[in-house]
Amino acid sequence: MAPHAAQDVVIGVSGAEKSFRVPREATHTLKERVLHPLRRRGYDEFTALRDVSFGVRRGEFFGVVGRNGSGKSTLLKCLAGIYGLDRGRIVVDGRMSTFIELGVGFNPDLAARDNVIMNGIMLGLTPREAQSRYDEIIDFAELRDYQELKLKNYSSGMYVRLAFSVAIQVEADILLIDEVLAVGDAAFQQKCFDVFNDMRDAGRTVLFVTHDMGSVTRMCDRALLLEHGNVVMIDEPDAVANRYLELNFAREEVAAEAAPVVAATAAAPVRAAGGWIENDAGEHVRACIQGQRYAFVTTVELRADLRDPAFTVLFLDDHHRDMLVATTAYARSGEGDYRAGERVDLAVTLDPRLRPGRYTLTLIVGHPGVGMTELTRCEEVLSFVISGPYATGGMTDLPHEVTLRRAALPAEQAARPA
Amino acid sequence: MSATLADAPQEMPAGGQEVTGPSAFSGGLSRFLALTWTMAVQEFKLRFFGSVLGYLWQLMRPLMLFGVLYVMFTVIFAVSDQPAFGVALLLGIVLYTFFAEATATAVTCVIDRENMVRKIQFPRMVIPMAVVLTACFNLVLNLGVVFIFATASGVRPHWTWLGIVPLLALLVVFASGIAMTLSALYVRYRDVQPIWDVLLQVTFYGSLILVPYETVVAEGYHELARVLVANPLAAVVQEARHLVVDPSYVTMSEAIGGDWRLLVPLAIVAATFALGLRVFNREAPRIAEEL
Repeated sequence: MAPHAAQDVVIGVSGAEKSFRVPREATHTLKERVLHPLRRRGYDEFTALRDVSFGVRRGEFFGVVGRNGSGKSTLLKCLAGIYGLDRGRIVVDGRMSTFIELGVGFNPDLAARDNVIMNGIMLGLTPREAQSRYDEIIDFAELRDYQELKLKNYSSGMYVRLAFSVAIQVEADILLIDEVLAVGDAAFQQKCFDVFNDMRDAGRTVLFVTHDMGSVTRMCDRALLLEHGNVVMIDEPDAVANRYLELNFAREEVAAEAAPVVAATAAAPVRAAGGWIENDAGEHVRACIQGQRYAFVTTVELRADLRDPAFTVLFLDDHHRDMLVATTAYARSGEGDYRAGERVDLAVTLDPRLRPGRYTLTLIVGHPGVGMTELTRCEEVLSFVISGPYATGGMTDLPHEVTLRRAALPAEQAARPA
Repeated sequence: MSATLADAPQEMPAGGQEVTGPSAFSGGLSRFLALTWTMAVQEFKLRFFGSVLGYLWQLMRPLMLFGVLYVMFTVIFAVSDQPAFGVALLLGIVLYTFFAEATATAVTCVIDRENMVRKIQFPRMVIPMAVVLTACFNLVLNLGVVFIFATASGVRPHWTWLGIVPLLALLVVFASGIAMTLSALYVRYRDVQPIWDVLLQVTFYGSLILVPYETVVAEGYHELARVLVANPLAAVVQEARHLVVDPSYVTMSEAIGGDWRLLVPLAIVAATFALGLRVFNREAPRIAEEL
């Protein structure tokens, strides 16, 4: 993490409120106003920001995260001065530059030079600065050979490169960055991140708005979580990322509850009667976070007398692959006599270190023994989401450590001056 | 490290600047001028180089209108026996074309730049002013054509031609006032566009362009002619004809019937400009939201 050379606040937001008026019916014509001069036009007040306060310190890489519609873009636009606040104050110490969208004001019918200068002035350069930096900009974008071409003949990659080169030429102390990085290929995104990192190392302050938790945990020193225009928390990125994931999957509650409890055939001796997930504190939850223990409980109702059944739960990922099979068959813990009408709760307790995503549980009741005779198979007894701070791409996230051992150079090479 | 959210008042930067949201003229005069100039030049370049014949198309509209009217009213109907009627007609059409272009383009200009307005902070007034400035560039070129045509028709170049500069300034102020008003209103009321189209047509016939003041008077409508000169565009056209084409075209002062009466068109220009400033200033902070 970057050291905070100075701890003074450079962006201060205090009690910021912003609401938008959304007309109930669009009355956009004068005629309607003239014909119905007394009719009050109905507005729905939509509050996008509610009493938002926070401070960003000099040299900090500060993340603002939230779901779509949480107000994070509105906050960014208020900071950038595009929207005015209804209440509250924003004070900024230093020259500020916004990356809300790359290439604002680019005109496809003009060549690179005209666009670079126009965009540069838009972003806050003086005309002279824009002129003198043109060469630097076009070289950074690696577009020297295409500078006479009209922008409409550029590929989208070239377009973005040009726009980005202009944007970073604006020497600002404070950068406001929206998810402009969503465009461009992976290599370009990496280049963007490298530039932003360099800027941070150079002591610039960066405020970064995103809903990609990966980049928050990777880049930010602190992060702010917005939900329905309210500040939920301001904390270390890991903590914010976890809270965000919880919030994000709170909606899954409904989906999990509604998961069809597929009864097997009517004649089946066993019927699944639902299920739930408990955390360590015994609370029912609908989403799991890697690193915490949960009990996955399924309830079965017996419809016939059973002797020595084996209960098995399959954890299936969204491609219906068996990620984990938990069974009583080997421990023979399910043995005994069961009577029709009995209800059995079957709990599997673990820390679900599986790839973030959606999982379903399938319950199988059978007789133990070689090949295990399946009596009943109940599919999708429970459906839930596992989330984690990173998406590594691996199927599991087993606890592990990564260490590096670097061999020393041979003596004569080490002695060579750098 | 976790910040307190609740009661503690937010620490604010000591020497910082308040972010106040968008307005008509935020960010300093030099930035305003630089942006307006760049935007206007860019727009002009687009029209100039955007098509094969470029500027010729810009010129074609006033010239075609002029050609048709000229043939119609000198050869067929002989409306006016004023000296150098052709030059006077062309001058009037060029001035009107400027006025029409500046105001009609201004109506939709903020919406046309929607993306910019939504995505970046800059003085909003730049947009209508750039439109007026682009129209000014065209006006200068078109006036060049008028002067060439005048000289070719036997009008001697004269130092009084310089007197047209303050007249043009007046016209630009008038057009700017209207441009500001219309561009701000159009964001909320889309009817502004058809209404202004119609009003522009009325203006053409109400500005003594086709039928000169002298002809209206000769037909016996003396009072009507005076009322028409209260229209700033008509007053400017009349005075420009007096200065550029032939002294037998009466000055605007004579046309309206006395110097003090000139206060009427002047007051209209001032009021229009003030109205434009007021309306645009009022709307500017919320334009990005209303789009």
